[in-house]
Amino acid sequence: MASEKRGFVDALVASNGAMSVLVVVLGFLVGTILVFSVGRDPANMYRAIIQVVSGWDLIRGTWNARYIGEWLVASVPLTLCGLSMAFAARAGLFNIGAEGQYIVGLTVAQFAAFVLPPIPVLHWGAAVVLGLLAAAAWGGIVGYLKARYSVSEVVATIMMNYIALYASRYATSFIPGTNTYKTPSYPVTAQLSNSWLESITNGSRLNYGFFMALAAVLLFWFVMEKTKLGFAMRATGFNKDAARCSGINVERSLTLSMAISGAFAGLAGVIVALGSFSYGRVLAGLDNYGFNGIAVALVGNSTALGTLLAGLLFGMLQSAQPLMQSRQIPKEVTYIISGLVVVFISLRAGIGLVIEARAKAAVRKGAMRNE
Amino acid sequence: MGEKFAIEMLGITKVFPGVVANDDITLRVRENEVHALLGENGAGKSTLMSILFGLYDADSGRILIRGEEARIRDPNDANDRGIGMVHQHFKLVRNYTVAENVILGVEPRTRLGNIDLRSAESRVAALSELYGLSVDPRARIDAITVGMQQRVEILKTLYRDADILIFDEPTAVLTPQEVDELMAIIKRLRDEGKTIVLITHKLREIKAVADRCTVLRRGKFVGTVDVAEASEESMAEMMVGRAVKFRVDKREARPGEVVLKIEGLSVKGAKGNEAVRGLDLEVRSGEIMGVAGVDGNGQAELIEAITGLRRPSAGRILLSGKDITENNIAERVHEGVGHVPEDRHKHGLVLKFRLDENLALKTFGAPPYSGPLGLLDSKAIAAHAEGLIAQYDIRAGQGPATKCLSMSGGNQQKAIIAREIDLSPRLLVVAQPTRGLDVGSIEYIHTRIVAERDRGCAVLLVSFELDEIIALCDRIAAISKGEIVGVVDAKDASEREIGAMMAGLRRAAVPGRAS
Repeated sequence: MASEKRGFVDALVASNGAMSVLVVVLGFLVGTILVFSVGRDPANMYRAIIQVVSGWDLIRGTWNARYIGEWLVASVPLTLCGLSMAFAARAGLFNIGAEGQYIVGLTVAQFAAFVLPPIPVLHWGAAVVLGLLAAAAWGGIVGYLKARYSVSEVVATIMMNYIALYASRYATSFIPGTNTYKTPSYPVTAQLSNSWLESITNGSRLNYGFFMALAAVLLFWFVMEKTKLGFAMRATGFNKDAARCSGINVERSLTLSMAISGAFAGLAGVIVALGSFSYGRVLAGLDNYGFNGIAVALVGNSTALGTLLAGLLFGMLQSAQPLMQSRQIPKEVTYIISGLVVVFISLRAGIGLVIEARAKAAVRKGAMRNE
Repeated sequence: MGEKFAIEMLGITKVFPGVVANDDITLRVRENEVHALLGENGAGKSTLMSILFGLYDADSGRILIRGEEARIRDPNDANDRGIGMVHQHFKLVRNYTVAENVILGVEPRTRLGNIDLRSAESRVAALSELYGLSVDPRARIDAITVGMQQRVEILKTLYRDADILIFDEPTAVLTPQEVDELMAIIKRLRDEGKTIVLITHKLREIKAVADRCTVLRRGKFVGTVDVAEASEESMAEMMVGRAVKFRVDKREARPGEVVLKIEGLSVKGAKGNEAVRGLDLEVRSGEIMGVAGVDGNGQAELIEAITGLRRPSAGRILLSGKDITENNIAERVHEGVGHVPEDRHKHGLVLKFRLDENLALKTFGAPPYSGPLGLLDSKAIAAHAEGLIAQYDIRAGQGPATKCLSMSGGNQQKAIIAREIDLSPRLLVVAQPTRGLDVGSIEYIHTRIVAERDRGCAVLLVSFELDEIIALCDRIAAISKGEIVGVVDAKDASEREIGAMMAGLRRAAVPGRAS
């Protein structure tokens, strides 16, 4: 019996995925207790969450697919920014710059929407490509500086975030007809909206960006696990010195991984700009998708599938907020839950230790019995 | 039973998940003796001593210190009972002085409550005098040699009135001279009444200083012998469990054409110092050229320059007549430069990678391991690994999928050797290939290196262990301060002569030619 138990515990410690699930459950548990302790009914919190992911309103017994659509809309940029963080992390870099790369993608897409000729499909297609390239360059610069001159990517990306934000505000103000907070509406051809997706989700904002995000998840997995480029990046991420010693071009790995990382965040920016809005924005502040992406990647263990699931989780919490509020559940509880999940994930090492100590005790008992 | 024991560890068992590290081990150390604890890596020596020092709790068994039942819960308990440990990795504050390091945690106070550094210094000086350590209490740690730093560790235990001293693999980091000095210090400590436990896997050291020796193998107690009555061979056999060869079997070298030719090479070290200075060296195919020298005389920089990790500031490196000075690392690998790096964890392996990934670390980018579109062929990578695992007897629990992190040091090194030799290099640069390995692995790796030589490979071996150089090499180049002091034939070289050259003395120095 002891061995079975050890098998389970070992599997839990060994599997990052299982640990992430445990951590999320813990986060919700504490969240539930909190809601209860402020005198509200935790069931309402879960009803809101169920409504977001299934469309079912359990109180009124009605079904509306729009909730599902909006959940996915919220999850798309979170997942993409998570992929951005995760991709760099796999190559051993801490990309705090997803926020800036996101802004660059968003800003370039807004420009493309006004500047490019309004040809159906090609219009938004070109806008997506331009946004991606610009964000990849924005990230790649940091990677190059890191690779060539050992400039800390953490410091560089933080600075680049501010440069991106204020440059975006300044540049966007040059679009004709722009007031202090928004541009005129885009041409329809620039928008990512997809009538089929809208119709099956009862008029939500769900758009082509959803497919792009799924493609990005697949691409992430494929590049990381199945290509020699990914091999070189993973080797660089785990042990830069050994990678270099084996003839892997570490500089190239670092620069490229930051560029690709930037492209993921940039795609998030493009999708938000052209999918969720019908006009360009003069950003008053950060949208915070980039920073939330750090948490998403952390919970997702920097894997493709994990990041997708974590993105859906965080998207769920975000889009459940208005529903919770209408049911007397303070929406702040969602921030608390996501915060707790991140804290617990960081405690993973600690949880692992405790479990390991218990496993040891069990083995010891078994060994003594055998004597 | 009139014997008095300083330490008695009776029936000690310690289990880690999946491993029985100590299985009913008994260790009896007499008072005032040097007692060696011998065993291969992973035999359970460190675990046993960690239990004695209170770092681990034994699952069963008793510990008696000077005949008294003792329960040692943590290192402070051990200190209180007069047990001190000289760790393999020093635990010193680099920008503190010797005396400051020694008193850390037990600072003497003046009446006003501030630290009484002066009395500390004089006590450290007195201890240093008594045991012949010749350490300057006011020297800063980062300004003294590794050998001296180790003496500071010894002083730390003496300052805390330890009379049982545990040395954990103390010679791993020392030069041959420093090893001799340490042996003298250990004898002196015994003569002054201390009891010493020496953890090691080096038989020569045991022969040199130990009175008795307890041998462990795979977590089990094998026996305790009187060193005076035991031969090195018999102790090695107890340790490994079978007869061990001490000599490397090899045929006469048949050197061919010059493969590596280094001309006037100068390389700057990490601190901008001239680490290699106008060095010339030739290595022929079919020979093993040894570079003997004390650590830090430019060996690391020389290897980095040959393998492409560091750009030389002057000079040329020719491989079979082709100038590769400007080539990058990948190009050199392609040209046939193999490299077994000194630090296998830092430079040799990606520890978190699987074994098959590590075995393909240099070749994954080309067919058959990756296709035209840059796609990896994981089947080919795994199949390649299967082959090498069988051919090189790499012990890996899950075959190609084993994480290198979970493999033993010997098997990690075998994996690196397999990867490098598998590329059939023209030149194989090998640095400290057997450091920290057990006798069995050392034997195997030496055999493989000689086999490469016989295939016609030019081998450049850098090692700080003179024994290894003399046993393995055909020619020996002594390096000192970044220059080759002399090259001698291994057949007619004595250890003493090479030692002198390592210290910078030219062999048969010709007046007017000395630099």
